[in-house]
Amino acid sequence: MGERAMDRAHAGHAHAGTREYLKVGVMLFVLTVVEVAVIYLEALRPVLAPVLVGLSAWKFLLVASVFMHLKYDSRVYSGFFAVGVVLAILIALAVTAILA
Amino acid sequence: MSHSSHAASMPAGAAAHGHEHHTSLGIPNHKLATWLFIASESMFFAALITTYMVFRYRSVVGPHPDEVVNIPLTTVSTFILLMSSLTMALGVSAAQRGESKAVGRFLLFTILGGIGFLVIQFYEWWHLAHHYGLTWNTNIFGSIFYILTGFHKAHVIFGMIWLAVLAVSAFRGTLRREHAVHVDVAGLYWHFVDVVWIVIFTVVFLLTEAGV
Repeated sequence: MGERAMDRAHAGHAHAGTREYLKVGVMLFVLTVVEVAVIYLEALRPVLAPVLVGLSAWKFLLVASVFMHLKYDSRVYSGFFAVGVVLAILIALAVTAILA
Repeated sequence: MSHSSHAASMPAGAAAHGHEHHTSLGIPNHKLATWLFIASESMFFAALITTYMVFRYRSVVGPHPDEVVNIPLTTVSTFILLMSSLTMALGVSAAQRGESKAVGRFLLFTILGGIGFLVIQFYEWWHLAHHYGLTWNTNIFGSIFYILTGFHKAHVIFGMIWLAVLAVSAFRGTLRREHAVHVDVAGLYWHFVDVVWIVIFTVVFLLTEAGV
């Protein structure tokens, strides 16, 4: 394990400050308002699915990176989470292939 | 990982007193185990959500998803759960500064957020059952809807119990700075429950309302 990664892991306390948490909280609020608003916009209907998935992914990344500290913690955690997410996507594809 | 040999050399009850056991990677065992758990839970919910997507419109009899989704009510519960994640993050931050009472307060707000979310969600279940006649054995949509949202609710309830234990400890002053990792891992779990709801909200409610 590299010196930098070890320092980050041990630091573990140098996470985001209150200001950044509040900023993310406001962004989550705004993104949810936008998500609900876009479903009633006729003009966006043809691209609604990718827009909604994109907004959802944005919220997902905000929570994972700041609230769950992946942005600040050891890369080992990000690696485990990434493996879990990739396996989850593969399971979703497998379930779809079997049941659809 | 050399945890077993390392643990054997630790004083008895060290973990119980909050000293972090580190893996050979230099990271706390608690956190590594929690991330592994979260990775496995991601697969579990992926299977449930995909099953919902595949079967939601295959019911022979109604009601169907587009007839019953309640966007305003679910949006309010989503806001509440998102804000409970914010108070959880602030609680973890307070724990790392060793501010025991603040930790207790933030955990209490988080639990209240969980209660608010559950009250709205259970009201929605009641509404679906009494106004639309949708129970878990009405049709295949009902079955997978209640199983998916039910498992999520169960995770919220478990999280609230976990946070309540930590909050009591914080208010008693026994949750000190060196125990911050315990609040941190509980926070990871709570945020994961929030992240899963972000996906469920989009897939089960918004995409359905949008007719996708």
